[in-house]
Amino acid sequence: MSDKVTFTIDGVEVEGRPGQKIIEAADEAGIYIPRLCHQPGLEPFGSCRVCTVTANGRPCSACTQPIVPNMIVQNDTAALQDYRKTLVEMMFVEGNHFCMFCEKSGNCELQAMAYRLGITVPRFPFLFPKREIDASHPDILIDHNRCILCGRCVRTSRDVDGKQVFDFVERGPHKRVTVRTGTRLADSDADVSDAAVDACPVGALLRKRVGYAVPVGKRLYDHEPIGSDIEAGSAGKGN
Amino acid sequence: MSTLLETAVKKICKKLDHDPTRLLDVAHAVQVKYRCVSDEAMDVIARELEIPRVTVESLVSFYAFLSKEKKGRVVIRLCDDVIDRMHGYARIRDAFCEELGIQLGETTPDGNITLERTACIGMSDQAPAALVNDVVVTRMNSDRVREIVRELREHMDPRQLVRTYGRGNNSHELVRSMVRNHIQTDGMVVLSPVNRGEALRKALSISPQEVIREVKTARLRGRGGAGFPCGMKWEFTRAAERDDKIVICNADEGEPGTFKDRVLLTEFPDRVFAGMTIAGYAIGADDGILYLRAEYTYLKAFLEDVLERRRRDGLLGKDVWGMGKGHFDIRIQMGAGAYVCGEETALISSCEGTRGDPKNRPPFPAQHGYLGRPTSVNNVETLCCVTKILEEGAAAFNQHGTQQSSGTKLLSISGDCRSPGVFEVPFGTTLKEVLGLCDGEDAIAVQVGGPSGRMVGPERFDGQICFDDLSTGGSIMVFGPGRDLLSVVHAFLGFFEEESCGYCTPCRVGNVLLREGIERVMAGRADPEDLEQFQALGKAMKAMSRCGLGQTSPNPVLTTLESFPGLYESRVAEDPDGYCRSFDLGEAVALAEELSGRTSAHAHAHADTETTTQREGT
Repeated sequence: MSDKVTFTIDGVEVEGRPGQKIIEAADEAGIYIPRLCHQPGLEPFGSCRVCTVTANGRPCSACTQPIVPNMIVQNDTAALQDYRKTLVEMMFVEGNHFCMFCEKSGNCELQAMAYRLGITVPRFPFLFPKREIDASHPDILIDHNRCILCGRCVRTSRDVDGKQVFDFVERGPHKRVTVRTGTRLADSDADVSDAAVDACPVGALLRKRVGYAVPVGKRLYDHEPIGSDIEAGSAGKGN
Repeated sequence: MSTLLETAVKKICKKLDHDPTRLLDVAHAVQVKYRCVSDEAMDVIARELEIPRVTVESLVSFYAFLSKEKKGRVVIRLCDDVIDRMHGYARIRDAFCEELGIQLGETTPDGNITLERTACIGMSDQAPAALVNDVVVTRMNSDRVREIVRELREHMDPRQLVRTYGRGNNSHELVRSMVRNHIQTDGMVVLSPVNRGEALRKALSISPQEVIREVKTARLRGRGGAGFPCGMKWEFTRAAERDDKIVICNADEGEPGTFKDRVLLTEFPDRVFAGMTIAGYAIGADDGILYLRAEYTYLKAFLEDVLERRRRDGLLGKDVWGMGKGHFDIRIQMGAGAYVCGEETALISSCEGTRGDPKNRPPFPAQHGYLGRPTSVNNVETLCCVTKILEEGAAAFNQHGTQQSSGTKLLSISGDCRSPGVFEVPFGTTLKEVLGLCDGEDAIAVQVGGPSGRMVGPERFDGQICFDDLSTGGSIMVFGPGRDLLSVVHAFLGFFEEESCGYCTPCRVGNVLLREGIERVMAGRADPEDLEQFQALGKAMKAMSRCGLGQTSPNPVLTTLESFPGLYESRVAEDPDGYCRSFDLGEAVALAEELSGRTSAHAHAHADTETTTQREGT
């Protein structure tokens, strides 16, 4: 078996390695496929669906789909970008996201994704769910209002921290993240130094007493849209 | 601490070998014994199976038939699907509430009886129906409801509610059910008389590869709905690297309006199990699982008995292939109330004892399925076809149907027709012919393929039942004159919302947004842009959802927008003053008014105009 897999993304030839997922090969080639639940190093999850591309005409999540030789991937098409917008709008109306006073603002991947996709306001009516805030832990806070159920905390805690502090309970629109041992974060073995705390793409899992420390203008996404690092990483390599 | 519970739960765990992949069975056994899986029970289960406590809670909170809160000794689950609603669900519900003195979702103060609602229980041909614990009660009316409650209060034994048994095996001593088969056509293929043992004998006289070839020659496609070629699925599974292959029969018949597998399992279980055994031989499997939906628990003891008899007769178990070539056995895995488990990877998750979340594909089950083993998941009806194909040959099977859709299809027909029930028709039969068979000619609409299928109007009644025209897993719901189709759409969306596993964004959120949108249309408060939003949402859900549930759940809206645009157009209009009609100013300022002790003249002035406009409009 060859150690190279050649395929195309939007007509651009990309070289990946056998076993790689589309999104991994794209990242290395400097092509950004929008995503929220995917994080390098974690088990692919495929829940946010933002990274959906078409592979040989069929929709699939780029974070879970392995590359095969000569695969034709469509990523930056008008239809897919519109679907992605729809998904991100869904996430905004599903929870209670108040960017103007969220301490994750400017560093939030959901907010940054909305900006990148050109969303100013969701088309759909807000659902205004009633959700809990768990501030029982001395150093960490969970605000379920902002959770997008990406499972990054669940996977990071399990696979990186080796703790499995979090998991999902319930189903459908009632699905939520919960704490392993009981009902409160304080009763778990979660620690402020856990990698899981940093895994949250939004403001659902936060460190206490460090909010707003970075001034506007110096935050992660203040100047460049989300994904710019990937696009800059190997600019020109794919061309 | 109540060590009694601890001892009992430990015993249950021990009985299942402390096997974490049997967590669903453990939880179910605890539920049956204690009428709930309490916090304490979850602690014990987690300890005994050496799994995180949250894994247990995750599972318990996923399945509708498991609960953390204690239920009554008797749980009455009223089927509230669309067909039951058409046949008086509301009256039945109200009669139960009144007679029991409780609301839906509550338990009587003495802790004896819980009243709940549930999605389709596979009895649409004898609606309104309910499950009383495991006992199926059909064709209720308000008078019967009062009697049921009185009788239950006397003896608390649901089995005694059954007065007369249905025909065939419904009266078998291990079934003793009032369920009727309602087989309405002579059986051509699947419903034809069984020649027990013959198909398996013939299969074993040829090589597994030849068995697969025969099924391919018959052009057998999966009957569950997706229509994947069965022989190809087996070939993939057989070719997979690992030796420990397994065949799973999908008897999680959950698509509302479908009940044909119920009849196959009741009257033709040998045909189903023969099909599984042949599949096992073809792919090289040692064992199989029949995944039976919780709603069909009343068939479990009977099916176990059929399996036992097959073992006794050498049709299953040790040396079934003969000449020491190995063994094949089947176990029954009970579901616990989750429609999504009909999706094959979710079904595998459930068999593994976890939440019924669908899995990411690839890897496909044929390579990496149940516990990583190469797995072929086949529908009950598909396996019955397999048995017939081996019995009489591919050519006989191909006599029926069309080039792309060979053989026959079982239809479960319910709704506004005089002869609801199970019909076997050759593929290619038109919907019009089907309506003739079931005496439902005055239909204004037919839902083909259940909520995930499509709603068809009279202009398409000449369409054919087959994979490339009107495709269906078997559900045919007939709607007669006067039915409010929009409320049907609404009920379907509510169903999908409730049954979504919640894993992926488009399905989890999209169904809620569509359901709320339809409510705005029904209330006469939708704007024309709402219809554009439905299209945008529906298309995104179809393209972006992770499994078949989300990919098909917008169909009720999308297909009615296409076939019945009048449903929407008559209720949607521009606001004459240019306001957004879905926004209710009065409602929005209500809390502020209450807090300030004042009323807003503007808010109510607009609301008044709106009412007037509507009245003028009608």
